[in-house]
Amino acid sequence: MRRLPALAAPVAAAFALAAAPAVLDAQQMPPAPGPSPPPARADAQVLLGHHLAVLGDCEGCHNRHGGQPMAGGVPLPTPFGTIYSANITPDRTTGIGAWTQDDFWNAMHRGVRADGAKLYPAFPYPYFTHITRAESDALYAYLKTFPAVSYRPPPNKLPFPLNIRALVAFWNLLYFKPDKAPTTGPTAGEHIVRGLGHCGGCHTPKTFLGGDKTDHELEGGKIDNWFAPALTADARTGLGAWSTAEVAEFLKTGRNAKANGSASMAEVIRFSTSQMTDDDRAAIGDYLRAHPSHAAPVATPKPDPRTMAAGEAIYVDQCAACHAVDGKAAPTYFPPLPGAAVTQSIDPTTVIRFILSGTQTVATDARPTPLSMPSFGWKLSDDQVAAVATYVRNSWGNAAPAVTASQVRSLRRKIGKPVQKPSASI
Amino acid sequence: MTQTLPSVEVLVIGFGWTGAIIAQELAEAGLEVLALERGQWRDTPTDFATTFAQDELRYYWRHDLFERLNHDSLTFRNNASQTALPMRRLGSFLPGSSVGGGGVHWNGQVWRFLPSDFVARSHNLARYGKAYVPDDMTIQDWGVIYDELEPHYDKFEYLCGVSGKAGNLKGVIQPGGDPFEGPRAREYPNPPLDMPYAPTLFAKAAAGLGRHPFPHPAANASRAYTNPLGVQLGQCTYCGFCEKFGCGNYSKASAQTTILPVLMRKKNFTLRTESEVLRIEKAADGRSVTGVTYVDAQGQEVVQPAELVILTAFPLQNVRLMLVSGIGAPYDPATGKGVVGKNYTYQMMSSVNVFFEDKLLNPFMGAGALGMMLNDFNGDNFDHSGLGFIGGGYVGLMQTGARPIETHPTPEGTPAWGSEWKKAIARDYLKTATISTHGAVMARRGSYLDLDPTYKDVLGRPLLRMTFDFSDNEHRMSDYLTDRAAEIARAMGPREIKLNRRKGPYDITPYQTTHNTGGAIMGTDPASSAVNTYLQSWDAPNLFVIGGSAFPQNPGYNPMGTVGALAYRTAEAIKTRYLKATRQPLAPA
Repeated sequence: MRRLPALAAPVAAAFALAAAPAVLDAQQMPPAPGPSPPPARADAQVLLGHHLAVLGDCEGCHNRHGGQPMAGGVPLPTPFGTIYSANITPDRTTGIGAWTQDDFWNAMHRGVRADGAKLYPAFPYPYFTHITRAESDALYAYLKTFPAVSYRPPPNKLPFPLNIRALVAFWNLLYFKPDKAPTTGPTAGEHIVRGLGHCGGCHTPKTFLGGDKTDHELEGGKIDNWFAPALTADARTGLGAWSTAEVAEFLKTGRNAKANGSASMAEVIRFSTSQMTDDDRAAIGDYLRAHPSHAAPVATPKPDPRTMAAGEAIYVDQCAACHAVDGKAAPTYFPPLPGAAVTQSIDPTTVIRFILSGTQTVATDARPTPLSMPSFGWKLSDDQVAAVATYVRNSWGNAAPAVTASQVRSLRRKIGKPVQKPSASI
Repeated sequence: MTQTLPSVEVLVIGFGWTGAIIAQELAEAGLEVLALERGQWRDTPTDFATTFAQDELRYYWRHDLFERLNHDSLTFRNNASQTALPMRRLGSFLPGSSVGGGGVHWNGQVWRFLPSDFVARSHNLARYGKAYVPDDMTIQDWGVIYDELEPHYDKFEYLCGVSGKAGNLKGVIQPGGDPFEGPRAREYPNPPLDMPYAPTLFAKAAAGLGRHPFPHPAANASRAYTNPLGVQLGQCTYCGFCEKFGCGNYSKASAQTTILPVLMRKKNFTLRTESEVLRIEKAADGRSVTGVTYVDAQGQEVVQPAELVILTAFPLQNVRLMLVSGIGAPYDPATGKGVVGKNYTYQMMSSVNVFFEDKLLNPFMGAGALGMMLNDFNGDNFDHSGLGFIGGGYVGLMQTGARPIETHPTPEGTPAWGSEWKKAIARDYLKTATISTHGAVMARRGSYLDLDPTYKDVLGRPLLRMTFDFSDNEHRMSDYLTDRAAEIARAMGPREIKLNRRKGPYDITPYQTTHNTGGAIMGTDPASSAVNTYLQSWDAPNLFVIGGSAFPQNPGYNPMGTVGALAYRTAEAIKTRYLKATRQPLAPA
């Protein structure tokens, strides 16, 4: 793991916002349970709470592989160390069974635990602070319907002094302001995206202390060695070329004519967006498509023709079977590359990582096939990965900065060996 | 110590094509289904990724996807006067192992049998007379007719996304399709694959001779396809690695690419891999089954009770499990009595190599079921009078990918090794095509399956013993097909051709085809069949035995289309009749 600069370390604490759950090997058994359906015979408040839990993707972070729903223990890798999600079942000793409604509101709204200790912002209270008290109470009522599970998640793996929770106070001074007048407005889309949905947790760029760069909200963020693409009106690197219906289809089925959902987003789609209502998804689409980008334009000079030629040769040999020679692939099966935001992101991390590790499209009720891209990390060199990544970023009308072999090497070091490789021959 | 688990509603033994079909259908109907598979879990991105799936050494030569004979083999002899010996390396046929079974490494050739195939005995006796059918030819009518199977064929074809062109829509012959096929209710779900050069040369020559060529119906998706279960298949890339390989492009239909994404999400379905069923357990009165005993991954014996048991292993394993479990009377060739093991049949293949002087055919490009075919000489589509045989087969030119370790056809008179051989390969590799014939095998009294008296598997059970040979009927049939193929080959304007006839007794060592059928055959009479026409055991009505094991004899087509159709028919009968009618026999004995 990258070492923090000495001066920054004491203040920075372990505060990457809303760390995404680790993307686990698809073969890891048993899978995380869920998503939980709405409870049967529930009153209106509990049903509202279930809906809000879907919007907030609670189970994405609180259902661990092989565990019980909401019992926590999911490792959340941050640049500063690993934080384990809490048990939020009604168990009185290991969960939140002893919490009052006020305690729960304090956690959601102020980032403070029932015992007064500060929560690490891996729990995304800087977003949750925008929900209303009625919503907090509904979530509280809903969580009470889960079976109490006696389970204590492993202790966080944070180095001293980042393991001192009190230091969060400094971070809060810099990056957190409780919402004094939370409402459900101004639009349903904004309420979801900036509130419970905590989209910025991955998609907003971070400061070196892990706080949101609030003047670049949703312009794309680097997290856990992925680059979450921009969710802005930018037509090339964001959602500007998507219709609201396409955003909604992506969130519901995990794919559309422009992209397939995978990696960390797969968990979000599985537990959250695929379970939302059509109205929720349309509201998100409307809001994001109108969200302005303040990113300064980045120069995209034409790459070295020799790199492009090498990249094209690799592309035709290794990639064209699924993505087609013209890159147009088979939309909703294998994603097209021309115009793709992930392909053209200023930060190439995700493109490189897809090539190195492969990836798997999320399976949903609407689209159950987990169509996959295999790992090429074991058969392509750093130079070859860089060349083919540069080629797809600069072909068919795409334009993005060239990828270098050192970028590939650096990412390869961070993510370790690819999950998928051929097993030994008999 | 043997552990006994809680009972399940439905227990499926063997999780290949038919296991997945039946499990999906019954789980969808709300039943609690458990599948036991002796092999391992396999899925497309992990096990057949395009980055390494095209590994001829590993898959073709080292048999990575096939049954492991050091675990379980079979013994073989041509006739009862010989002593059967165990197979130590697979040859003539290549059964699969693990999830998806042989359906992972098949070619995707999806055929419907001819209407006359289902009434082979009565039809041939009526047309050619009693004297024409030899006494020891134990062929039978199936007890089910084509029209009854049509909707089930349709269902399997749409599941797979078969690419093809209908030749007979509701009785109206369609240009470009197979005019001999039985009537189908609707067109194939996908258009035919794009045809390479060599098959088009074949089609032109065949049409010139008055034959009726058409594109092979292929479970290799000619375009991206979403099947009725909502599962997505990708477009075939013509990579040429279907047979003996798994498909990394989601293009070749298999349990993995058509069913499992939906089935594995069901809460009322459970799959236990590395769980090998030792035997099916019978009730004390012997008139029903109570479940199975299996060996789990840790080597522990487990008793798994079940209300309904469905045997969906490879045909040879279906028969063996019935014999080992004492279900049904074993067949005795001396008396012709008994049913389990009866009418084991196979397929008889031959080919003609066509060497061109000047035509570059790019044979490395291919797909499992890519080619132009004709059925003019299949089944009873032609008059057999005076030919001395019944049955037939298709003739066609398929381009399945001339993989370099496997494929090096050489003209007559070429040495088998050395510089002359190399020269011939270099000259002819790109300019050679092969016409194949795929002939029926009629059942005969002396070809059957039973338990070997000497050899046992690692779990201590007797190996299956196969006693099989081709009869004069098959040799005459295959020679006839080979001659017809040669006529077309000559009409293609080649430099030279080479006939590869099937001569002499059946040899189990060179690869031919994995179309092993019969042994637990279907019919309308318990005295001559092991299962009724719903593939329900005559002896235990809560046991169904699905697969090519049910074929009374083997027509001149690849079996999987009919196996799929039979599986769907059984599923429907279980759902609509068996479960509602006090779980009794579905046909009168």
